[in-house]
Amino acid sequence: MTALSMKRAVPVLIGVGTLVAAIGAIEILIRAGLINRYIVPLPSQIIASFERVIVEEGIPERFWLTLREAFWATVLLSVFGVGIGVLLHRIRILRLATETWVAAMASAPTVLMYPLFLVIFGRNASTIIMMGFVAGLAPVILKTLEGLAGTRRVLIDVGRSFKLTPWQLYWKILFPAALPSIFVGIKLGMIFALINIVGVEFLINFGGLGQLINELAERYDLAGTYAAICFVILVSVLFFIFTERLERWLRPVN
Amino acid sequence: MAETSQLTAAPAGLPAVSRVTLLRIAIILTILVVWEATAASGLLFRDVVPSLLVIGRAVLSVLTENDFYWHLGVTAGEVGIGLLIGGVAGLVVGIALGANRFMSQAFEHFLYYLGPTPKIIFFPVMIMWFGVGPGSKVAMGTISCFFPVALSVAAGMRQIDEVLIRVGRSFRANTWQMVTKIYLPAMRAPIVNGVRLGLGVAIIGTLLAETKLSNRGVGFLIINSYSTFNMPRMYALLIVVFVLAIGANALVSRLGNLEAIKAR
Repeated sequence: MTALSMKRAVPVLIGVGTLVAAIGAIEILIRAGLINRYIVPLPSQIIASFERVIVEEGIPERFWLTLREAFWATVLLSVFGVGIGVLLHRIRILRLATETWVAAMASAPTVLMYPLFLVIFGRNASTIIMMGFVAGLAPVILKTLEGLAGTRRVLIDVGRSFKLTPWQLYWKILFPAALPSIFVGIKLGMIFALINIVGVEFLINFGGLGQLINELAERYDLAGTYAAICFVILVSVLFFIFTERLERWLRPVN
Repeated sequence: MAETSQLTAAPAGLPAVSRVTLLRIAIILTILVVWEATAASGLLFRDVVPSLLVIGRAVLSVLTENDFYWHLGVTAGEVGIGLLIGGVAGLVVGIALGANRFMSQAFEHFLYYLGPTPKIIFFPVMIMWFGVGPGSKVAMGTISCFFPVALSVAAGMRQIDEVLIRVGRSFRANTWQMVTKIYLPAMRAPIVNGVRLGLGVAIIGTLLAETKLSNRGVGFLIINSYSTFNMPRMYALLIVVFVLAIGANALVSRLGNLEAIKAR
């Protein structure tokens, strides 16, 4: 057992070790003057500026704001995404007519519409929430549809043989069977929403963590900018891990 | 039994297709009518919902401008170079990770977790590294498309039939031969899919960077029409960009399918 866990730990340790070594190498190269320190600040400086950025730039408030935006975008895209998915599944002809459109929307660069949203909603949190919502909507619809359409025939037949009403058939059979796929859709939607929320915050210079990077970069606070980027990466990685856990936790045992 | 079901399916199939088309036309018409009514009613701020006629005219004027094609060329060049650099890097890294279990265990989770981070936040750093010109936009395109290509290729490598790899080994193929004769042909589908995803995010990364800080490219045109509050032009540019992006996406997946069919 320990041998097995050792075997697994070695590559991970080497991965982390390589990262640390690379950071150390950059530090040495900058100190030796081979990398311009006005373009890449010393890694030690970046680490040192973490505390300053967190304390002085109001990271907790910004983090909370971004989190709230992501939450509302998730609520919106869960309600509308699942709702539209159910609607398209129930009305077959509507699905035939529009499924390719939804798929096209998923591959369209929707975040580019942010100037349009700025005009419609103004430069405030609702623009950011709506951007996150629009960006994450298509995968939720598609995954909901996929889950409902992929319900095993046997389960539906069992429901029919119990003479379930269409409503009962939906709630007792189709919806529970589709849940794993719906969760995958919501997870994807949440990730797209967060990417776009932070991105739009940065682009329109409003709100939470994204704006912080923009502000520090405009002040030419190099170490601070790098530290803030590291922080945002950390947050999105944690968010990603969280959504994965959530999905696993919510997924019914097959 | 099978014949009867076929017989009944055929006549039922025909009207279903045309009904779908009819519904599509009906949906589009409804949206257009609602749009036009909103534009005429003045319920929303003026110019937020311009009349379709005005948008149509703006699309025409955008498409007939020589300037637009110059900007489009700039953006296409940036996306193309970004896709090339990021795609090749992603391919190499993906093959390295997919072929070697140890490498994958050591490094793949970095890519896996970095993949869904918002890439645009690297833009200030890219400006410092590559300047405010096209260089930083190419870098944004490169960063954006590297991750989906690398992850897709690494996953594709692991799905290659073990037999094919053993055949290559038994012919004593060297690494280069393994890559060009076994790995690449066997993972056409994941590569095409990775390139398709990569192209999508490269377009987004490049255009967003252009809207943030640039004096050329389609992204610049969009943000410029925003700052001069020329809404019809902004709608027109967005429509053109969306059509081009969705078209490029469809083209790449079509190419992938065509090759797959040929291979059979």
